[in-house]
Amino acid sequence: MPAGLNRALLTVAGAVIAIILAIAISSVAITAAGASPIDAFAAFFDFGASERAQSNGIAAFINRAVPLFIAGLAVAVGFRMNLFNIGVEGQYRLAAICAAYVGSTFTAPAPIQIAVIIVVAAAVGGLYALIPAVMKVTRGVNEVIATIMLNYIAINLTSYLVRGPFAGERAAGQLTTTTPELPESAMFPNLNFVFELFGLLPPTRGGGVWGFLLVAIVLGIVIWVVLERTRFGFNVKASGLNGPAALASGIDSKKMIIAAMVMSGSIAGLIGLPEILGDKGAFNSNFTAGLGFLGIAVALLGRNKPVGIAVAALLFAFLDRAQGALQIANVPPSVITIIQGVIVLLVVVANEVTNRLALRLEEQRAAQELGRKQPVEVAA
Amino acid sequence: MLGKRFNRMAIGTVAGVMLMAAAACGGGGGGATTASEAPTGGASSEAPKSALKVGLAFDIGGRGDKSFNDAAYAGLEKAKTELGAEIKELSPAADGSNRGDLLRQLADAGYNPIIGVGFAYGEDIKKAAEEYPDIQFAVVDSASNAPNVTGLLFAEEQGSYLAGVAAATKSESGHIGFVGGVENDLIKKFEAGYVAGAKSVKSDIKIDIKYLTPDGDFSGFKAPDKGKVAADKMYQDGADIVYHASGDSGLGVFQAAAAAKKKAIGVDSDQRQTVKETDLQSVIMTSMLKRVDVGVFEFIKAFQGGAKGGSNVTYDLKVDGVGLSTTGGEIDDIKDKLDAAKKDIVDGKITVPAKP
Repeated sequence: MPAGLNRALLTVAGAVIAIILAIAISSVAITAAGASPIDAFAAFFDFGASERAQSNGIAAFINRAVPLFIAGLAVAVGFRMNLFNIGVEGQYRLAAICAAYVGSTFTAPAPIQIAVIIVVAAAVGGLYALIPAVMKVTRGVNEVIATIMLNYIAINLTSYLVRGPFAGERAAGQLTTTTPELPESAMFPNLNFVFELFGLLPPTRGGGVWGFLLVAIVLGIVIWVVLERTRFGFNVKASGLNGPAALASGIDSKKMIIAAMVMSGSIAGLIGLPEILGDKGAFNSNFTAGLGFLGIAVALLGRNKPVGIAVAALLFAFLDRAQGALQIANVPPSVITIIQGVIVLLVVVANEVTNRLALRLEEQRAAQELGRKQPVEVAA
Repeated sequence: MLGKRFNRMAIGTVAGVMLMAAAACGGGGGGATTASEAPTGGASSEAPKSALKVGLAFDIGGRGDKSFNDAAYAGLEKAKTELGAEIKELSPAADGSNRGDLLRQLADAGYNPIIGVGFAYGEDIKKAAEEYPDIQFAVVDSASNAPNVTGLLFAEEQGSYLAGVAAATKSESGHIGFVGGVENDLIKKFEAGYVAGAKSVKSDIKIDIKYLTPDGDFSGFKAPDKGKVAADKMYQDGADIVYHASGDSGLGVFQAAAAAKKKAIGVDSDQRQTVKETDLQSVIMTSMLKRVDVGVFEFIKAFQGGAKGGSNVTYDLKVDGVGLSTTGGEIDDIKDKLDAAKKDIVDGKITVPAKP
């Protein structure tokens, strides 16, 4: 069996075992909370009785996965070169409000309007990530500390902007603060026609299945190409795996830090857009927060690879969707958070175990080929 | 080499999980409360077979807040026992991202009417109401914005007027205080009524007013530390009674009152009964009751009677939708004065301002 295939099989086996263990551990927690694990797991697959409920459930599931996927990508680009961009949270909130505000100040044909909003979001996210990158390159400030601190600044800055300079009209009797509403041309067309193709009722949920899904898929492919098939991607990987060796082979590590951080921040800038362009039409005080932190878990679960991140985002979204279904089945919805936490921890442990196992197998194989009884050291 | 990389990754995981936990705590610790709460097992099956299925969606924090959400649930439970309704209550995720989903899931599961608790539901209710025109919705603390939405509003200024009368009458120093959670239109109603009530008793009374956070920043409703600092200053400056309309931050106001051996006035529910710390109970002279339970129950009852939405219902002193609690008996001696003020408001002799 070729070594690569061996490795892939081990990885998949590790993930499957991790998920089975996670289900077992969660069952204990569910039982302790006084509910039945069977009811709970049935609720995860219960998308409702009527056709409309099922369509809405699927839409909720996909719409949750899209921002999680983008958040995972943003974090993973930094992780690839051992840069911990914890600041995704702040970057996306600041980018979202700036993009929502700029988008509301003019009206243009839909493609231009949406393109401008996306560019503004990416630019703001990238620029905000540039701050910790410059601090790291010029003064050696640890990016973890810098980005965490910048998160607080961004969070408070956005809550100031939404009630101050960027505040829009509020409908009579409403108490949520919001930016001015985006023009109709800024709303991303939904993908409800896919449901009609399959002869299903289109979902009504928050504007249906968000069209931003397509942008996310394209983004995922672009990131994969950039990381796996370009010199830039190789440089990123090399700097992450062994900084001094990369430096010796002529890679400018300072440039790489700035490039990777800004790229990570630009992607982060897009996290809030699916919700704003697909459903809310503005940035308001109900804007979903915390996606930047969830992105860390999604990236880890997906092993920093676009395909893995997509799977991880879908898994998290699948679990999150059951929030209502679990409560209808009289199961405390906190089990979702428990399952997610347990899966992330177990997958990281499984990664380590499969890596060691793969290394040992590789050593034995190499030893056999060399016709010796003693194992030899190899690089995995 | 690889081991080293994964060590760093593992550190990253731990950091990430800790950050997520921190974020979840910041979100209001609602999850933990829900988990410890015994699920209402078999509640729906015990209820008598009836056509009335009532759904209710809480705001972040959910059940167990000993105040706003719990009051709404009390109204729902009353509908179950008195009207034989089948009930279901759902709490949103800690990030509040699925408020709209909860409403739709209740609608898809056949619940009608459906009630959203808290002004944050304003937007989501509007969208859900448009998608489900045959279902009646209600939203607490937000105005009606669709033909099948009833806005359940409260005349907080009227109840606060009585709180102001009580504070000014009971104050020995002629100096009282008000702590607001967030400086938005809702909390300003409390302030306006309180000031008007106090001035009706003593026109030159000194009133300290402090808001914990500006409009749009809702952390002022869950910052007991800020509440304590604000109330401490008022007591030090000579105030002897402080009224708070600041949600969970009120705990800090009570702590400051206990430390200064002065009095405080609670809000929303009878806080002398609901506050967990027994040493703080005695500082709560009275509480301005906002009967969300009455609002929820009356809405369900009206729905059963065939009422349709599209308008607001305001619960005021006339229907006892607001009022003062008497637990502890500290305001029993001024009951006549309070009753007279209440009668004047109900009769229309006094119009309480809703804006300061």
